[in-house]
Amino acid sequence: MSATTEGGPAGRRPRPLSPHLSVYRPIVTMVMSIMHRITGMMNIAGLVLVVGYITALAMGQDTYALASAVYGSWLGRIVLVTFTWSLLHHMLGGVRHAIWDLGHAFGDVRYQLSWLTAIGSVSLTIILWVVIVVLEAV
Amino acid sequence: MVRKPVELDGTGHRGQRTALKTIRGLGSARSGTEHFIQQRVTAIANFVLILVLVVVAIALSGKSYPDAVAFVGSPFVAVPLALAIISVCIHMKLGVQVVIEDYVHAEIAKMLLLLGNAFFALAVMAVSLFSIGRIMLQGLVLGSG
Repeated sequence: MSATTEGGPAGRRPRPLSPHLSVYRPIVTMVMSIMHRITGMMNIAGLVLVVGYITALAMGQDTYALASAVYGSWLGRIVLVTFTWSLLHHMLGGVRHAIWDLGHAFGDVRYQLSWLTAIGSVSLTIILWVVIVVLEAV
Repeated sequence: MVRKPVELDGTGHRGQRTALKTIRGLGSARSGTEHFIQQRVTAIANFVLILVLVVVAIALSGKSYPDAVAFVGSPFVAVPLALAIISVCIHMKLGVQVVIEDYVHAEIAKMLLLLGNAFFALAVMAVSLFSIGRIMLQGLVLGSG
């Protein structure tokens, strides 16, 4: 429903709406909260990829070989690295929310915790994929 | 004797609700608390199971088809994988439901999306569990041959 029709009959001046996201200066806690929701949605695509791979394995040798080739390609790798980051971001965000749910870390430390989600998810993604590449090379 | 109204929300109003209903925190929506709790219980399960599956995924990469079938079909992989799928699907269903309820206000569109969301989560769960079962059976066939 658009803002104009919510105010009443068409043609009348639209009723004022309460301020939304655009009026706030972005701060790390807010951005991480938004990112938590976005990464949650991204993880749906990741789940479909995981289930697709399991199903390819279940269907037989040829589909497994095809899925392995697709997931192992450059494009496949880029998608998997993105999914790794998205999953780690959502997991670290979940830990942060769990700490808050238990009533802790509401002081200034909440900003550091939020930064930790951002920095931690990127760092862990890099570390994990370096380990994977090294293991493959060995 | 006149009973004093329960004033949990501090407004002095409790509408048509009985005191018991007010205490239970069940408003007009009649649900919500269990959604919150299930979301968090599955989050904890997901966290633990995904840590296990990251190791599994790394170990699986590069395996030949017979090795992959034997590996994924083994109880130590198949059971945590199946548990993760179930827990993740419930978590996903609850999470997407909140997003739909937050952003979609047209009643019919909201209903259809909520229905689709529930069906999608169940479909993903069913396909995954079927596939895991098939891999286990395939592992038995290959193992005995």
